[in-house]
Amino acid sequence: MNENNIKSRREFLAAGLLASAAIAGCSTSNNPFAPESDDIKPSGQMVKLLSVDGEIIEMDKAFLKPVPDLPAATNTQARRGIPGKKFVMVIDLSRCKNVRACQKACNHMHQVHPGQNWIKVLSMQESAHTAPYWQPTTCMHCDEPPCVKVCPVDATFKRQDGIVLIDSDRCIGCRFCMAACPYSTRVFNWEEPILTKEEEAQPYSCETSMPQKKGTVGKCDFCPDMSRKGELPHCVSACPNGVFMFGDMIQDSVTNGAETFRFSSLIKDKAGYRLLEDLGTMPSVYYLPPVNRNFPYESGLENKYKPDHIYEDAKKLSTKIN
Amino acid sequence: MEKSISLTSEQITQDLLPQKFGKRGMAWTTILVVIALFGLYAYYRQLKYGLIVTHMRDYVSWGIYISNFVFFVAISLVGSLITAIFRLTNVKWRTPLTRISEIIAVSAIVFAALIIVVDMGRPERFMNLFLHGRIQSPILWDVIVISTYFFISILLLYFPLLPDLKILLKFKEKTGKRLNRLYRFQGSFWKGTKAQFQLSDKSISILCVLIIPVAFSIHTVTSWLFATTYRPGWDSTNFGAYFISGAFLAGSGAVVVAMYVFRRYYHLEKYITEMHFEKMGRIVVMLALVYFYFNVNEYLTPAFKMKESEHGLLKQLFVGSYAPMFWFAILVGMIIPIIVLIFKKGRKPLPMFIIGIMVVVGAWFKRYIIVTPTLLHPFLPMQNVPTSFMSYFPSWEEWAIDAGSLAGALLVITFFVRIYPIIPIHETITEQNEKDESK
Repeated sequence: MNENNIKSRREFLAAGLLASAAIAGCSTSNNPFAPESDDIKPSGQMVKLLSVDGEIIEMDKAFLKPVPDLPAATNTQARRGIPGKKFVMVIDLSRCKNVRACQKACNHMHQVHPGQNWIKVLSMQESAHTAPYWQPTTCMHCDEPPCVKVCPVDATFKRQDGIVLIDSDRCIGCRFCMAACPYSTRVFNWEEPILTKEEEAQPYSCETSMPQKKGTVGKCDFCPDMSRKGELPHCVSACPNGVFMFGDMIQDSVTNGAETFRFSSLIKDKAGYRLLEDLGTMPSVYYLPPVNRNFPYESGLENKYKPDHIYEDAKKLSTKIN
Repeated sequence: MEKSISLTSEQITQDLLPQKFGKRGMAWTTILVVIALFGLYAYYRQLKYGLIVTHMRDYVSWGIYISNFVFFVAISLVGSLITAIFRLTNVKWRTPLTRISEIIAVSAIVFAALIIVVDMGRPERFMNLFLHGRIQSPILWDVIVISTYFFISILLLYFPLLPDLKILLKFKEKTGKRLNRLYRFQGSFWKGTKAQFQLSDKSISILCVLIIPVAFSIHTVTSWLFATTYRPGWDSTNFGAYFISGAFLAGSGAVVVAMYVFRRYYHLEKYITEMHFEKMGRIVVMLALVYFYFNVNEYLTPAFKMKESEHGLLKQLFVGSYAPMFWFAILVGMIIPIIVLIFKKGRKPLPMFIIGIMVVVGAWFKRYIIVTPTLLHPFLPMQNVPTSFMSYFPSWEEWAIDAGSLAGALLVITFFVRIYPIIPIHETITEQNEKDESK
């Protein structure tokens, strides 16, 4: 009985989402509530929905139409960005213990070539007598991006929401951006990416950075496709320790999913900083210093990363495919 | 000229007409063709499997393709030095060297452009540079100045060739039917009238003035591909001048080598005299000294400060794993040439030839030293990558493609010499006549 309740509640939520999407997708001349064909019989089970006008309406469940995901952003939209946003990330170094769940999620979701990473968790130590710490590095999405400056074909570009993306359908693979990036954040598809036929057949989207293409550059994209859906980037939601906080500078809030902070006061109170500030690249990624740490540095050592194994396995796999 | 050998114009023409390949010529050409074809095969593999066949990886993302590109651009600068700068400064003895340096310039700039395409991950998207080009990228500046330089160099090769084509057309039996057709196609409109000569002289003068800023641009912009980044070893305001001085040196070395080879192989002792080696020797010394000066600038001041970001790189260059190549390039490419060539005996043809080879080889490795080691010293530490990403030594495909491109450039020069007179016939005759008159 109890289980049933939960189930029906879930169904209701899902149906509601679908229906509102359906409403949004229809023009006013068409009645979105009309059954598509006459053979749909009312089930008698009514669901309550919120209409676009903000009214609660009730309709039969049988008339709900499943609609596919929101259409992917066009290349023009992807190049323009999400209006009214300025995305920002805060990485709290006091919480990182080198779990690399961020890296795994990111690699998986973006089909990053085995052995390569868009997110690198670096073991850092400023000098001999200072404390070591773990530092996840993403693309800094600089406001003065050196990579965008040098790109000869406008394949990598800066959007109005602050995100720097790559159009792999346009990239000529000159790798000038890789030389220009002081954060060494960019990776190159040296060989044919390992993809299934379906993945390969998808049209390329700058916002998902997928499917990856041979002979082009890739990097962390701040997952703008997730932002469009109102969800957090994969690394943020994957981190078990809440290291990554993602948000909007204009709203002045960042969240790791569990906690939400006012961005400006978080940076002020915890003395946030950016990497290689003296170069004037104006990164959109801020770091909170590794003080009062949740985990000792040593606890991260057990998670030693072995890229050589991954790389060798991938080589075997790719030779098998070829 | 100190030795005034009086040559008749018939004799000059006979001496300088292009000759068929002898046995050695055939062997040389065959070897070059084989190397070039092998390079093409390596490139076929690269197209098939991707740039994975190279040993470039995410950190060292530019390797010997790029250093070879810089080398070619450097070599090509000599065309502007000997044709244009010498012409404008009225250096009389340049005549037999102009065409040699101009064909070196043209073939080098062509292969510079080709090797850049080889380095691209997506060569089939080359047209994007024109469809979506963004003028703020130094790569686009390079595209613009290199193509301009190519066209000016081609014209500077072609215009002085026109009177020679007219002479060549008279020797149909000797040159053969096919070449005759080519000469006619290229030069039959040239009647040698006064008006034509005036027009040609004027055009050459204008081109000579034009090519100097363009030549400086091609190599300055090439240096900016590095200097516009933040990387230690590249982030230098000295880079433009440093590259240009090195380029003139490398190109002059190449001209000296070519002078020696053509002189011996085609018995041109009467035209490329010891005096020419003597003068070129002085020029090479001067250029080597200038380049050495810029090297001191480039390495001494950062080494004095030893900033954290530069520290690792400089150590690796001076005493680390790149030290042998670094000091080889300095010693063989600059110091030894300076020491040998300041002596009069060192400026004889054979020692000059050996020094020329040293300068060119040193110049090639110097470009390697400029491009690769810097990339192994990023600002953030190299971690999270396979071990093979943390070092660089070119794969056989990269060596083969680079060797193929060098062989290709030499082939262009070889075929040019087969088809056209490598020493301008008309100009030599005119000069001889002037000399006879003044006597």
